[in-house]
Amino acid sequence: MLRYTLRRLATAVPTLFLIVTFSFFLMHVAPGGPFDMEKGIPPEIKRNIEHVFHLDEPVWKQYLDYVWNLVHGDLGPSYVILNFSVAELFRIGLPISAWIGSWAMVLALVLGSTMGVIAALRQNRWIDYLVIAVATAGSTLPTYVTAPVYQLIFGLLLRMTPVGGWGDGSFSHAIGPIIILSLPQLAIVARLMRGSMIEALSAHHIRTANAMGLSDFSIVLKHAFRGAVLPIVSYAGPAAAQLITGSIIVETIFQIPGVGRYFIQSALNRDYTLVMGTVVMIAVFTIVFNFIVDLLYAVIDPRVRYE
Amino acid sequence: MKAFRNSLIICAAAIALMAGSAQAAGTWNRGANSDVQSLDPHKTSTVEEHNIMVDLFQGLVMPDKESNLIPGAAESWTVSPDGKVYTFKLRRDGMWSDGTPVKASDFVFAWKRVLDPKTGSEYASMAFPVLNAEDINAGKKKPEELGVKAIDDFTLEVTLKGPTPYFLEMLTHHAMYPVSEANVTKFGDDFVKAGNMVSNGPFTLAENVPGDHIKLVKNPKFYDAANVSLDAVNYIPTEDRAAGLKRYKAGEVDSMNDYPGEQLDEMKKELGDQVHMTPELGTYYYIFKTHKAPWDNPDLRNAISMVIDRDQLAEKVWKNSMLPGWSLVPPGVKGYTPPMMDYSTMGQLDREDAAKKVFDKLGISPSHPMKVEIRYNESENHKNTAVAIQEMLKPYGFDVSFVVTDGKTHYSYLEQKGDFDIARAGWIADFKDPVTFLNLGHTGDGNNYGEYSNKDYDALLDQAAVESDPTKRMDELSKAEAILVKELPVLPLLYYGNHNLVSPKLHGFADNVMDVHPSRFVSKD
Repeated sequence: MLRYTLRRLATAVPTLFLIVTFSFFLMHVAPGGPFDMEKGIPPEIKRNIEHVFHLDEPVWKQYLDYVWNLVHGDLGPSYVILNFSVAELFRIGLPISAWIGSWAMVLALVLGSTMGVIAALRQNRWIDYLVIAVATAGSTLPTYVTAPVYQLIFGLLLRMTPVGGWGDGSFSHAIGPIIILSLPQLAIVARLMRGSMIEALSAHHIRTANAMGLSDFSIVLKHAFRGAVLPIVSYAGPAAAQLITGSIIVETIFQIPGVGRYFIQSALNRDYTLVMGTVVMIAVFTIVFNFIVDLLYAVIDPRVRYE
Repeated sequence: MKAFRNSLIICAAAIALMAGSAQAAGTWNRGANSDVQSLDPHKTSTVEEHNIMVDLFQGLVMPDKESNLIPGAAESWTVSPDGKVYTFKLRRDGMWSDGTPVKASDFVFAWKRVLDPKTGSEYASMAFPVLNAEDINAGKKKPEELGVKAIDDFTLEVTLKGPTPYFLEMLTHHAMYPVSEANVTKFGDDFVKAGNMVSNGPFTLAENVPGDHIKLVKNPKFYDAANVSLDAVNYIPTEDRAAGLKRYKAGEVDSMNDYPGEQLDEMKKELGDQVHMTPELGTYYYIFKTHKAPWDNPDLRNAISMVIDRDQLAEKVWKNSMLPGWSLVPPGVKGYTPPMMDYSTMGQLDREDAAKKVFDKLGISPSHPMKVEIRYNESENHKNTAVAIQEMLKPYGFDVSFVVTDGKTHYSYLEQKGDFDIARAGWIADFKDPVTFLNLGHTGDGNNYGEYSNKDYDALLDQAAVESDPTKRMDELSKAEAILVKELPVLPLLYYGNHNLVSPKLHGFADNVMDVHPSRFVSKD
């Protein structure tokens, strides 16, 4: 197991390096820079600003400078949100995105799995159809529809929660984004669980357990569940990485100061260091979560072993 | 006795409650349509940042609630007869929020800083009228050679390159505001962080959380603090206009500086006169690449202009959030009446007839179509405008296609003088003077993307630049614009409108063409 872990770690570093290199040069392919805008700056001033930010150096040199700084843990300053370094912006925003994302994942996994299990146990009855209907609705309704509807109903009409803002992360501010963010995942988890549970319940060892007279509860939760949960674990890895690094739509509509909005905003602004920062962040999270998923596989399924 | 004591307690509690809620009511929650780039007055560029700067700092002169010029850190000034030397007398009671006095040396320090190439200030050009400023910014001269001198602690002498009639207006721009020399020397660029920053305006910086809020609190050391009603101002970025509208309706923000145009009708019904739509000093226009055929023909350019139904654009596409524009400089600058295109008073059908005659003469018709490419930057409204214009031009034989790119790509392309037929642009005034628009047509100007060049036009602008008589100057500018409006190298389509939602609880919020609303003059119920 240890050798496996070390091997994984060893491949993570070159993977990250390739991602950074590819993204850096791809980003510089796009025309325009952080200081091109409607209010055209006089060319001499623009040249001067670009010099201050080292943007007038050849791209390969900027790349080497960036990698050197990255290896030393310096993500650089933001070119557009001045007076804040990329690291500072993440320090402020990542805990918020992670908080909402984690709870959304938990909600999706717990509620979704439960719904999926119930549907599998009551196949082709009305409760099964209800779960499938909810799942379909959840995965087809986009968040930029569900979020404003939530704001309208719970914020304006019922006045149960604020319409937007983070306000120190109190429950009433966080609950809306958490629910909206979890809906699409919940739908997918429910369907996955239902499908894999049905399959798991028809396995040989379940039939044996049944014949041996074990209770339904014990069969489902102790034996079938272990097998059924594997597809969910596979799915949850990358999904968690996405959720925890924030959803741009939910954060924009609910006005949450997370890191999700930086993904698109920084690209549109040509804020090079922030773009690279977000790329590095999501690459790291994805690699880490995929690794955790593989470890969990070994734990859950005794048939899986790594050398 | 017990009853008396109990009622005393109740009274005290009631008073405490009222005082508590009065304090909370003294906070203006101010929705802003975008996040802020920086709180350094020498590094910011947007209107929203300008409003924050006006709250935090006091320049020599400042805008009042109607954006008219009033004394700020300077209580009086004199101008030399040749218009080149300004002598400002600073207020003796002007103080930084740490208790130190605002001195002339702070202005000298600040202006040197904004011009220092190492600062990388986008608006260094605001200081260019000052002697040697441009050369210092280009690194050709030393900062010590700047034409500004602190005669004594409270007297500032400014020497200009040449007489600049709009110099005082330029001083209302935050790039020309002072910073405390001691504060910036101590903290460097980090002086903008809450807790470090020292400012001389009606408010000081309490908190800055990017994407969430910027909190300013009343500055007790401000010389006019007695007349400042608000205790605090929260600038809250709300990029999603629809969500911002909902927050406004829920009372979470007391004002919004933009709203979703597509909901204008419902908003007007529901919110009535809380919806403010007033002219702004900005123009939405298309640029012609005037040095290549056939776009070098002013008759063609004017004919296209005649065919475009600006009323329809304003009403249907922009839901009346913009106004039809017939000149480059929008109305609203005191003392200046912009000359309009001479067919602006004709009916639309008459215009179309006149245009058709021109197209016939040029041989353009549906059977002999002409290809036109319009470039614009990605946005729902820009797209709808372009498509509407495409429809308006089609019957006359114009085959219009589009090239759509995102904002940065679009402007970078224009700036590098890329080739195009027609390109979309917009211009919002930096300060209240027609010259900020008219410079767009001057030969060699950085924003003259169509590369228009007219010696007479240049001559009039250059003459106005050194004209000391304000009336004569406005006349020269007007003559210049008349040339522009006749030759039409740029095609003004619409004037921008300011969109604000203002709660009836706020008082002292005055609509003005610069959309600047100093919190100093605002009170809340």
